[in-house]
Amino acid sequence: MRNKKSVKYAKYGYLFSLPFIITFLIFSLYPIFYTLVIGFTDMKGIGATKFHILDDPLGNFKTVLSNRTFKMALKNTVIIWLGNFIPQIVLALLLTAWFTDRRCKVKGQGVFKVLFYMPNIITAATIAILFGALFAYPTSPMNDLFHSLGWAKEPIYFLQNKKLAKGVIIFIQTWMWYGYTMVVMISGVLGINPEIFEAAEVDGANRTQTFFYITLPQIKTILLFTLVTSVVGGLNMFDIPKLFLDGGPDNATITTSVFIYKQAFAGSYLYNRAAAASVIMFIIIAIISAIMFRILKEDDPESAYAGKKRRVRNAEK
Amino acid sequence: MQKNKHYTGMKVVIYIVCIFLAILSIFPFWIMIINATRSTYEIQQHAISFLPSKFLVKNWNILTGKSFNVLRGFTNSMIISVCSTALNVYFSSLTAYALVIYDWKLRNAFFKFIMAIMMIPAQVTMIGFYQMVYKIHMTNNMLMLILPSIAAPAVVFFMRQYLQPTLSPEIVQSARIDGAGEFRTFNTIVLPIMKPAIATQAIFGFVNSWNNLFTPMVLLTDQKKYTMPIMVSLLKGDIYKTEFGSIYLGLTLTVLPLFIVYFALSKYIIAGVALGSVKG
Repeated sequence: MRNKKSVKYAKYGYLFSLPFIITFLIFSLYPIFYTLVIGFTDMKGIGATKFHILDDPLGNFKTVLSNRTFKMALKNTVIIWLGNFIPQIVLALLLTAWFTDRRCKVKGQGVFKVLFYMPNIITAATIAILFGALFAYPTSPMNDLFHSLGWAKEPIYFLQNKKLAKGVIIFIQTWMWYGYTMVVMISGVLGINPEIFEAAEVDGANRTQTFFYITLPQIKTILLFTLVTSVVGGLNMFDIPKLFLDGGPDNATITTSVFIYKQAFAGSYLYNRAAAASVIMFIIIAIISAIMFRILKEDDPESAYAGKKRRVRNAEK
Repeated sequence: MQKNKHYTGMKVVIYIVCIFLAILSIFPFWIMIINATRSTYEIQQHAISFLPSKFLVKNWNILTGKSFNVLRGFTNSMIISVCSTALNVYFSSLTAYALVIYDWKLRNAFFKFIMAIMMIPAQVTMIGFYQMVYKIHMTNNMLMLILPSIAAPAVVFFMRQYLQPTLSPEIVQSARIDGAGEFRTFNTIVLPIMKPAIATQAIFGFVNSWNNLFTPMVLLTDQKKYTMPIMVSLLKGDIYKTEFGSIYLGLTLTVLPLFIVYFALSKYIIAGVALGSVKG
C-alpha cells in the first residue's frame, strides 16, 4: 500500500530537486571542469577566451609547483592557519569550560558571548582595512599607543616587518573566529546528558578531571567537525591577506587564494597558471577532508552529523 | 567555606579574562567610530581618543566627494543580498522537502552527493566560473552573483536535518486528501513549519552575501555595480591616502548596517551558530 503511494509521488522528489541540480551543474560543476581544462592549456592575456592544450599538458602544474611564490604562499597559508587555529581552539575550550561549569556559574555570559562573537559577523574586508589603519605609519592608533606608553620615541613602521605583518593577520583571524568556535563548543557541551556529569561529581572528579575525561571525549565529533571547516576555510583565506597588505611585505602574507587571484586577475592574466594552482588546492582540500571524514566515521558510526541532528532537535524545545 | 573561597579566586580570573576579551572586541570599532568624527589634524596629533569631535560632516563631504559612493554600494549590496538570500532559503527548503518526504530512487545518492560537495569552496572554481561568465558577457550582471545561491548544499543539509524530525507525513497526507497539490502543500503548509530554520539560515545567508568580497571582486569591473566590500577596498587606494577621518567614516558606514542587524538579532544569531550554523 505504502509502496504504491510513494511510487506515485516519486516524480515530485526529482521535480523539487531540479532547480538545485540545474544551478549546481551550471554554476559549480561546469566551472570546476572548466578550471581543470584551463589548467592544461595556454590560456593567458587579458580577455583571452581561446585556448589550446599545451604540448606538455602538465606544464602549468609543474611551473606552479616549482614557483617560489606559490611555495611561499602555501607555507604562509599553513603557518597562518596553524597560528590562528591553535590559540583559537585553546581559548574557545577554556571559555567553554568556564561558561559551562556547573559548580561555578559565570554571570553575564550572554553579554560576553555577544561581544566575543561580534567580530565574526563584520565584513572581513572592513576589518582588514581597519587594522591596516590601526597599524599605519607614521600616524596610527598603535603608534600613538607606543608613543604614549614611552615604548618608542619615533613612529614605527610596523607592517614593514614580515613577522609582525604575519602576526597581525594571525591575530585578526584568531580574534574573528574564537567566539564562533566557543559558541559551537558550548552548544556541544550543553547537548551532553547531564547525568554523566552528575555521576562524575558523585565519583569525586574535580573540574579539570571532568573537563578532560568527560567533556572533551563527549564533544570529540564537534571538535573534529570544527577542525575540518577551519582547515577548508583556512586554505582559502583571501579577504584579510588581500586587503590588509595585498600579500606583502615581500610576499610575507601571501596566501594561495591571493596567489591565484594575482596570477589570474592582476599583471599578466595567467588564467592557465591560476587554474592549475586552483586544481592543486582543490586536490589538497579534497584529500584533507576525506581523511578527516574517515576519522569521523570510524569514530562514531552515526557520523559527525549525529551531534548536529541532536542539537537541531534540542533547539525546538 | 574554603571551597567557596577557591571559587571566588577563580571567578576573579574568569571575569578579568572575559572583560579583557570584551574590550578587545570593542576597542578597534570604538576607535573607528570616534575617529570618523575627527579631523585629519586631530588624528595626526593623537590617533587614539575616547571622545568624538565635530568633523563628521566634513569627513562625509570628503568621503563622498571622491569615488566612494555609499548609497550606491549600499543599494547594490542590498539588492544582491536580499535576492540571493530569498532564493537560497526557498530552494534549499524545497530541495530538503524533496529529500525528506518523497521516496525516490536516487534520494540517498543525492543526499550523499550534497554532503560531499558541501566543502567545495568558491575560490577553487573561480577561474572556470569567471571564464564562463566572461564568455557570455555577463561579468557586470548582478544575476551572476544572485543565481548561484539557488544551489547551497550546506543550507539544504541544515534544512533537511531540521525537517526530518519536525514534519510528520500525516500532515502532508491530510493536505493531499483535502485536494491540495504537492507544490501548494509545500508553500502553504511546509514553509510555515520551517520558519525557525528559515529565519536562522536567512540571517547567515544575508550576512555571508553582504560580506562576500571574492566573487564580486573577480566579476565586477563597472563602478556602478560595486558592492559594499569593494567600496571598502577603495579606501585603501591613493585617493584617500591622508584623509584619515574619512577613511574611518567610510569603514564605519559599511559596518553600521551589520551592527544594527547584529545587536537587534544577537540572541537569534548566537542561537543559530549554536545550531551548527553554516558559515560561507
